[in-house]
Order: sequence, then C-alpha cells, then structure tokens
Amino acid sequence: MKAHYQLLIIGGGPAGLSAAAMASAEGVSCAVLDEQPTLGGQIYRSIESIPEQRAQQLGSEYLRGKKIAEAFRNSKAEYYPNTKVWSVNKGREVGVLQDNNTRILTADQIIIASGALERPVPFPGWTLPGVMQAGAGQILYKSAGIVPDNGVVLAGSGPLLLLLAWQYLHAGVEVKALLDVTPLGNHITALPKFPRALLAHHYLTKGIAYQIDLKRAGIPMLFGVSELRAEGKELCQRVCFKHSGKQKTIESELLLTHFGVIPHIWLTQSADCKHQWDDSQQCWRPEHDEWGNTTSEGILVAGDGAGINGARSAEYAGRLAGLEVLNSLGVINQVERDSRAVKYRKWMKDDNHIRPFLEKYFQIPKELLATANNETIVCRCEEVTAGEIRQAVRDGHDNTNQVKFFTRCGMGACQGRQCSNAVAHIVADESGKTVKDMGHFRGRPPVSPLTLEQLASLKKEEI
Amino acid sequence: MFKQLASEQIDTVDIILNGQHVQIPRGISVAAAALSNQQRYTRTTPVSASKRAPFCMMGVCYECLMIIDGKANQRACATLVEEGMTIENQLGVGPALEVEQ
Amino acid sequence: MNSDVLIIGGGLMGSSIALQLAMRGCQCTVIEKASPGRHSSGVSAGGLRLLNRDPAEIPLSVEASKMWRDIESLLDSDCDARFPGQIRVAENKADMDKLEQRAAMVRSLGYQHEEMIAKKELYQLVPALGKGCIGALINRTDGYARPYHAVTAFRRKAESLGVKYYSSTEVYNIEKEADVWSLKTSAGIINGSILVNCAGAWANKFATLLDEPVPLTPKALMLMVTERLPHFVDPVMGAASRKLSFKQMQNGSLIIGGALVAKLDFEKEKTDINWSQLVESADTVVSFFPQLKDVRILRAWAGIEGFMPDNIPVLSQSSTDENAYHAFGFSAHGFQLSPVIGKVMSQLILDGQSELPIAPFAINRFN
Repeated sequence: MKAHYQLLIIGGGPAGLSAAAMASAEGVSCAVLDEQPTLGGQIYRSIESIPEQRAQQLGSEYLRGKKIAEAFRNSKAEYYPNTKVWSVNKGREVGVLQDNNTRILTADQIIIASGALERPVPFPGWTLPGVMQAGAGQILYKSAGIVPDNGVVLAGSGPLLLLLAWQYLHAGVEVKALLDVTPLGNHITALPKFPRALLAHHYLTKGIAYQIDLKRAGIPMLFGVSELRAEGKELCQRVCFKHSGKQKTIESELLLTHFGVIPHIWLTQSADCKHQWDDSQQCWRPEHDEWGNTTSEGILVAGDGAGINGARSAEYAGRLAGLEVLNSLGVINQVERDSRAVKYRKWMKDDNHIRPFLEKYFQIPKELLATANNETIVCRCEEVTAGEIRQAVRDGHDNTNQVKFFTRCGMGACQGRQCSNAVAHIVADESGKTVKDMGHFRGRPPVSPLTLEQLASLKKEEI
Repeated sequence: MFKQLASEQIDTVDIILNGQHVQIPRGISVAAAALSNQQRYTRTTPVSASKRAPFCMMGVCYECLMIIDGKANQRACATLVEEGMTIENQLGVGPALEVEQ
Repeated sequence: MNSDVLIIGGGLMGSSIALQLAMRGCQCTVIEKASPGRHSSGVSAGGLRLLNRDPAEIPLSVEASKMWRDIESLLDSDCDARFPGQIRVAENKADMDKLEQRAAMVRSLGYQHEEMIAKKELYQLVPALGKGCIGALINRTDGYARPYHAVTAFRRKAESLGVKYYSSTEVYNIEKEADVWSLKTSAGIINGSILVNCAGAWANKFATLLDEPVPLTPKALMLMVTERLPHFVDPVMGAASRKLSFKQMQNGSLIIGGALVAKLDFEKEKTDINWSQLVESADTVVSFFPQLKDVRILRAWAGIEGFMPDNIPVLSQSSTDENAYHAFGFSAHGFQLSPVIGKVMSQLILDGQSELPIAPFAINRFN
C-alpha cells in the first residue's frame, strides 16, 4: 500500500468497485480500502466465494454483483481488504488500520463509498438475544449458508423484508409470519408517486412475484401492524403486536426486523462535509452535486452512502464519480466527462423512478422513529431509555449533543450508530422542534475504535 | 437459533466455543459460528448484566463483543474463525486486566 | 443590595458566579452564545486537582477542594465526584528530586497537601502500574467529577434561585448609558448594572470592548476516552517528567489527556485532531501500563479553551470601569476551581473584596 494515491476509494461495494474500475482504466493510481475481508460490500457480500447453488437462491439482483466484481478484478485498481479507515479529514489525509498497524495515507481525490446501514429503530424488547436486523439474516445466509433453524418472524417495513422472506422460503426456512408495520394510510399517500414507479416496473413486478410466492406457500403476511414488541425472559421467546384492532402473539425465538436503510455518514462527517436532512428518506445524508462532490474539496460520495438509491444506482453513481475524478485530475476534459456520463445518468434516472414511490410507501411512522414507549432502551450500548432522553430534554438539554453529554447516549462502543437517529427524533418530538433542527451527533474520531497500541504504531511512520 | 444448510459441507477448523470443542467451516465469522452452534447469547452488558447476542452482523452495532483468544471486546462478526481459536462469552467489561509482577 | 448582574458566558464560571450572587439575593442574567457548557466547561477531563497548582492558585484551590467534597449541599447534586487521590510518578532520581523540591516549596507556603511517597506505597496504591517507577508526589484528596453534570447542576441550582439564562444568544456589543450596561445581543438589548465577563476563550473580545485587551490565546487541548474497563486504578495518574495524564472514570472508561494541542480554526470554532500528537499520549500510557495496549479508544476531542501566558486566570474588577468584572483564562485547569470562583467573585462584586487573595489574577498585570 503506497503512502499516496491519486484516488482513494473507501468501501468495497458496487459504488466503490465501479468507481475504481472507471478511474484506473485511464491510468490513475487508485486503491480501494475495504474494511471487509472480501469485496462486494453488504449487498454483494461473499460474491466471489459463494457456492453457485446458494447464489442462485439469492436471486438475479445478487448475481449482478459478479459482473461488477469481475470488472474490478480486471482493472488495475489495487484492493486492500481488512483495511479500516478511522479518519478522513478535509486535508484528504486518511487514517487506516491494517494488520494492527495504523498509517496515514494521502490522496488527491477521495471517493467515500461506505454504503448504508439498517435504520436502527428501537422498540420494546429489541435488545433481547434473538432479535436481529434483517440484514444480519442476509449476511449469515450469503457469507456462510446459515439460516434460522427454529423458524423466524420477519417484521418491519421495506422491500428487504419481502426479499428475505422469499429467500428463506426457497432455502426451506419456516417463516412464521411477515409483519408489515407500514401504516395502511401510506397506500393512499404513496399513490401519486405510483405512476412514475411504473417506469421502473421491474421492481414492482418482482415485489408482486415475491408476494405471490409467499402467499402460495401459506406464509401469513399481516399489514398495518403496530405496537411491535419482542418479549421473553432474558431471551426472545415471542413476538407481540397489534393487528386489526387485536393484540396478537407469535411464539418465536428469532425476530428479524427491517425499517429501511440509511446512509452511513460517519466518514463524511469526519471529513467535515455538510449534511442535510432528507425528509423523504427520513435520514441525514451528505450534501453533494450531481457528480458526488461534497462540500469538502476533492472528496466525493457515491452509492447508498450519499443517499439511498439502491445497488444499481450505486454502480452508476460510482462511474459518475469516477468520471468526475478523472476530470478533476486533468485526465479527461469536461466535454469528454459529460458525454461519457450521459448513459449513466439515464440509467440512474430510470432506476430512480421507483424511489419516490418506495420512499413514500415505506415511510416509517412517527411512533417508531420517536420511540413511543418510554421504557424502551434507545442507546443499546449505554442502556439509556426513551424516557430518560425525554426527561433530559425537560431538564433543559434541548439538542441531541447536550442530551448525549448528559445521558451518555452515543458514547458507547458503537459511537452512536444505533441510537443517534432515534435520539434526534425523540429530542425533536419532546422539544417541539424538527429533526432537521436537531443536528446529527457531533461525530468524534476515530470513526472506528483503535487500540492504544494501534494508535501508538502511527509514531513509527513518517507523518 | 440458526443452523448451517446441509448442502454446505466444506473444510472445517476446530475451535473451543464456550468450553466446547466444535468443528466450524473455515472462512465464517466467530459470530456466525456461535449463532449456528446453539449459543443463545454471546455477552452480558456492563451496565445491567443483560444478555445480548449479535444484532447487525456487519460491524456497526458492537453487540457481538466476545473474548477471542483471551482478548476482550473483539467484534465476533468481524473476526473469522481460525484453527485452535478460543471463544468465550464476554461478561460485562470482561476479565480483570493483567498486572506485571 | 439588589443589583442586576449581567454575566456573559454560561459555562461553569458564569453559572458558579450567578449562583453565589443569587444566593445573596441578586437578580442575575446569564447570556450564552451556544448552550451552557458547550465549550471547555462541558468537555474537560473532569479533574479535581489541587496537586501541582501555581502557588497563586493554591489558596483558592484548597477552598475549592473543600467545597467539592460537600458539593451536594451547594448544588443538590454530587456531580458523581470521587476522591481517590492524584499522583505524579517518578521514574528516576532526577524526577524524585524535582518532586521533592515541589513538595518542599508547598510546605514552605504553609500547606501539607502534597506528599512524597516511596516505591512501596506507590505500588500498593497502584498495583497495576508497570515496573520502573521509584516513587511519587501525591495529593490524597484529589479526584474527578463529571464535567457536564457539574455544568448542569450549577445551572439548575442557579435557575431555581431565579437566575435567567439566554441560550444561543450572542453579545455583539457592550455600551454604557448613564451607569447602565446595555448589551446589544441577538435576542435584543439587555440592560444591567453590573457586567461580568466569563466568556472563556472568547473573553478577550469583551475585555477589548472594555478597553483592556489581554494576551489571551484560544487553544484546543486533546482528550481521548476508551471503552469501559474492569476497575484497575484508583488515583488520577500523572508523571513528573512525561506527559502522562489519565483517570479511570466512574463507569470504567479511561480519560486520557496530556496537554496536547489540536489544530484549531477559532473563527469557525472547528477543531481537528492532531494524530501525531495524540500518538504521544497513547504511547506514554502504554509505557506506564503495558496491559492497556489492547484497550480501545472510542473517541478523541478537543474543547476550545482560553490560555493566559502565565497560565493563571484573570479574576478581578475591570481596570476601566468599576461596574465590570472578569473571570476567565483558566488555561485548562478551571474545573476544580469553579465552585470557589463563584464565591470569590460574588464577594468582590458585593463586598468590594474577596476573602481569598486574588491580587495575582489582576487584569492589568500584563501592562
């Protein structure tokens, strides 16, 4: 790994890999830094090593990753797995951790393609062993062929839930129920976006096909579910909820939940990029132009880390960012950049026709975002409840960072990844302000924890 | 809670998981190994000694902290199993720190 | 006496002074440009340190130390204060000599709180300490508390006594109209009879408006905090000749300091961690406590603080107007002093003089 690259790409998913293939094709010195042991990001996890049979079971969208991986491997871009970026600053100095040693690399241009994470939504019992995120189920399946052995309940709102149910069905897993918490009213409010969604109808037909399969297999799918909670003595033993006006229970030791995905903004925060609250996607994302340039010079974003647009758009966005970098480095001129960009922009536009509808349809209701039940733990690491957060606001700590200082929300090992959104919503709710006003947790480096020895190893390098 | 699909049989490694010798397919994470070998929880919290188990499997929740080869606070989902590895549930903040004699 | 007091700055000092004045019946208004404790007050290392103070500060710090031990009766909150002591370890004879000289100097001033201890007692007190230390200087009654909780406790007690707080309110200008201070702020004009400048790193702006600029330098010192650990050390740790500074907090995490400077853009209030400096801190901790090498840092930060060239604060009446006062420039060691600063300044304002000696802190000492 060199000390300096023309282009450093952080993240080994579709956006990062596509950007790398694009840029390195023109001779730019380029490296992808991937914290995972193998490439593909989350969506194409284990794409290079997965046994054929399992890959087929995952569906055609997953298989698309193989082409992306191949194109990357055929390019001259360098790939560094197990390489964790713990700091990116405005000066484009990148702190990396590899083999227990830290180094600082520099780059002329950086593309942050660190993707998304599941939107963490606290609900009663969500910290019980046996309650996991749906993405976790996918990762276990993709990377290790591991599936639930005693049945599973899936709950939440979003296309991933349907996909996972279908994948499990075809793997012979007992899906006890799919509980959709999407408010029934969303069917109406999303209707105006539907016509545009038809332009990306392959998404819709796929969704319908999955539903038909699940229905045929007799898997209960309940809609308009509310008051979701997991219960049990120390471990998850049952899932309780309200449906059609009645309280219901399903015995299950495993509950996988999904409430959409949100951009992972810890690196763009570290790089001092400006962020904006996206009302439609209900998340914070870095401000960027149509090429991915953020407000920090020479630092771009691409993929779901820039805003949730899905895997295909991530590929196209990666290419666009790659083209922009080539232009910024003087390798191609603007005319060439713009003309080569045309097709990617078109494909991205076509792909994104589905978004307004999906975002409106799968809007997460306020009771879930601003955790309604006060006994529910919001900060998992420090075990701070929604009630304690509300009390802190009443005591005069009226923004997320003050609440953090007082309650220790966000001061645990996950550095606020699992609680910052919920804290922002609760504080906004309690203080009568909007989440936009709240601001994100002031992220503090290192972006991921470093041991004292790892930090000390920086000394041995020329800094 | 989980199991390995039967069709997936490959190269395995021998590890000690919470005191038991088990064979685990090479290349999977410690968290995956624990979840597919009857472990219902993998740590207890420092604040309230509550039981927790892996949650996100992608390295962003820090729930899967276990003691791996004697080192506490290791993310089990981000560590691949290796021959002879010892894996234990982490209780609270883990064992007392060593003292030089 | 019922005077209207305007206090610029809602950190520890502003709130401590407001509290003491309110306890003596004054009507106080605190004007804070961000949120109370937003800057150094809320993000310090929380050290309650009497050990190794500048001689000018010792009388104040001794009194502050007593106040902290009974802080609950003042603030209705114990701020989670603990008092396991603080030590500075010696690694060699030169260190021991240096520490002994210090101990002797403090005794010569009439104070007994700084003691030398030998190797045996050192390792009894800190069994986890790595080999190679031969003794230490100790103050057995030092400790630490939680800074933001202290800020909150001061504020809430002050509010309960009628102190009014303006948050997110910047003071643009100070004017005087017929013996009344008129502050032009982002929330409109606020008037009062007495003005107190507790604006921390921004205090020179107001000192300058009062025609008495001071050589105050804003700097940001870096701190790191680790994950929670099993309890292994009681006293706060320092070293005679190396930049060792850490304490294990109530919840088991370590706060590591070391007086290392971050990059600071004061205009934008943006700090940038200087990793090459932080490396020193990490390295030093591990060299004294090798078993900490695998302990993980969860975050590093730097709060914006005001430093005076002689490293002691400005505590005095204004030299240009008898109805203005200053309490700023605590140079990264104000937390422990905060309760007594309120007392001292309220005495200065209401009685014309403080019971404790504050002559060395005069604003005009730089002329």
